[in-house]
Amino acid sequence: MAEPILEVRDITKLFGSVIALNKVSTKVHRGEVTCLLGDNGAGKSTLIKILSGVFQPTEGTCHFNGEIVTLRSPREARAMGIATVYQELSLLPLMPIWRNFFLGAEPEKGSPLLRRFDIEFAKRTVREELKKMGIEIRDPDQPVGSMSGGERQSIAISRAVYFGAKVLILDEPTAALGVKQASMVLRYVAQAKARDLGVIFISHNPQHAYTVGDRFFILKRGKVLGSWTKNELSLEDMIRNMSGVDELEALSRELEQIAAGRQERNNGMVHES
Amino acid sequence: MAFQNARMLKTDERIAKTGLVRRVFRRVEAGALIGAVVVWAFFALVAPENWLSITGVARILDSSSTLGIMAVAVALLMIGGEFDLSTGVMTGTTGLIAGMLATELNTSIWLAMLVSLIFALAVGFFNGWIVVKTRLPSFIVTLATFFVLRGANVGVTRLVTAKVVVSNIDQAIGFMSARGFFNLEFTLLGTQFRTSTIWWIALALIATWVLQRTRYGNWIFAVGGDVNTARNVGVPSERVKISLFMITAVAAWLVGMMGIVRLRSSVASEGIGQEFVYIIAVVTGGTLLTGGYGSVVGACIGALIFGMARVGIVFSGWDTDWFYSFLGIMLIVAVLVNAFTRKRAEEVRIAAAKARTEEEVN
Repeated sequence: MAEPILEVRDITKLFGSVIALNKVSTKVHRGEVTCLLGDNGAGKSTLIKILSGVFQPTEGTCHFNGEIVTLRSPREARAMGIATVYQELSLLPLMPIWRNFFLGAEPEKGSPLLRRFDIEFAKRTVREELKKMGIEIRDPDQPVGSMSGGERQSIAISRAVYFGAKVLILDEPTAALGVKQASMVLRYVAQAKARDLGVIFISHNPQHAYTVGDRFFILKRGKVLGSWTKNELSLEDMIRNMSGVDELEALSRELEQIAAGRQERNNGMVHES
Repeated sequence: MAFQNARMLKTDERIAKTGLVRRVFRRVEAGALIGAVVVWAFFALVAPENWLSITGVARILDSSSTLGIMAVAVALLMIGGEFDLSTGVMTGTTGLIAGMLATELNTSIWLAMLVSLIFALAVGFFNGWIVVKTRLPSFIVTLATFFVLRGANVGVTRLVTAKVVVSNIDQAIGFMSARGFFNLEFTLLGTQFRTSTIWWIALALIATWVLQRTRYGNWIFAVGGDVNTARNVGVPSERVKISLFMITAVAAWLVGMMGIVRLRSSVASEGIGQEFVYIIAVVTGGTLLTGGYGSVVGACIGALIFGMARVGIVFSGWDTDWFYSFLGIMLIVAVLVNAFTRKRAEEVRIAAAKARTEEEVN
């Protein structure tokens, strides 16, 4: 098996006395989608914030291309090739697509005094890069705010790819989307994978994860509950492991008991009167 | 593949369908342009003989120019998401500093102006620095600056000159050259124009170029749109905001210098209340009060509207007190028009995006 592009070993993260992550290890390979699953509070966000340089682990090591690295800031992580696309995206709704795409890394041309944003290059590049992702844009001047949620996600993804990301971390990219929009985003995730990126896909939604994922890590209360490749795990098992089913079953039993209790009380009242 | 081609064809059709009228209406400046035409036509009907002469044009440009210079700088600041309420009083403060140094210490007017410029840069930096470090609204921070300067203008002037006016500035060394540089009359088509108009046009062109064509311009839009997002993608947001406050202060200094070389004196109450006129000119020009969207050209058209109103009211023989009522009416109309044109432009686009998504999925 090829060496993973990104790996964490025995990561522990404490916030005061709260153990957010407890000896978590995981690997990300090139050309694969690694899904990180788990309920709210499982530690998913903490883990991706460590991978993207926002937090530093209390214990444990990060390895990039086989070497131990310390990610001190998001900027360092990005420079190394780890790009994170957050739910709230890093796009400005009132600005055109091309301005957004190159924001903070504007290509320039001209002599020092007349140094200017190479707008022609920016517009052409945006068009080409989005085309690679399978999106035709009519007008690069269109403000991002007028685009659909799926389109916006895909712009954020293609921007990360264009700026040399080797690892792409997607934080719940399908969370607020409808079925059609979500399937659009999943297609772009597959595109990124086809372009040999290591993708980390964080999700609540087992169906979405199972559709695009190659490897699955499930976190529960700060610990790795297990890790599987796609052929080791069925969708049903995955859902069960994500704690959804067990807890839902427990809930339905509880509801039955409540209903039964009310029934008994009602019967009791009938007897008294 | 055939599917892709079909979609591209459809896409091209949509571009062709966007008519000229719609494209004009989509522009930020559309509302202001219509307003300018309406105001111009109105006074052309009410006071045609003065209004339609070359003298009338010169008067309008003269009245608009210093307001326009401020509107250019304030537009950049507001697109960058901030306000500055100390701009008006700052035109007075810088004039008083330069005037007092030149008349009381007998320095060269140029040296006095340089000191005044350094003071303006310092105040601009201070405004910006407090805003970005404390994250307080710039409205409050610059309101404080406004009151401090307003008080100091009167207090210091009275201490130094025992009056509330600095006069005889024209006796300072180098006055004529400074006058030539900042605000000279020149004759064109038999009418007196002033260099302040040239300054205005030149600064507007430079500011438009910077905003639309440079990296710094992109950053201005970004910090006004969402400062956190901008920071996340690596825009040095604090530097951008502080520099915008400093640019605004320098513009106020420039207008202050134009005032003293023209009037040869400076009164302690100079510029007070003008800050709102600048902001209204900018908003009339289509810039959003919330930042992240706007235009320098629009702000200039806004300034022109108020220049026209000031002159037109005089030409019509009305009381100039009405200017402020006009200002208020224009403000509310501008805000409504902005909301309407922007919504309309976006609705068209959103509808197109929706149609396209559905098409893509089917």
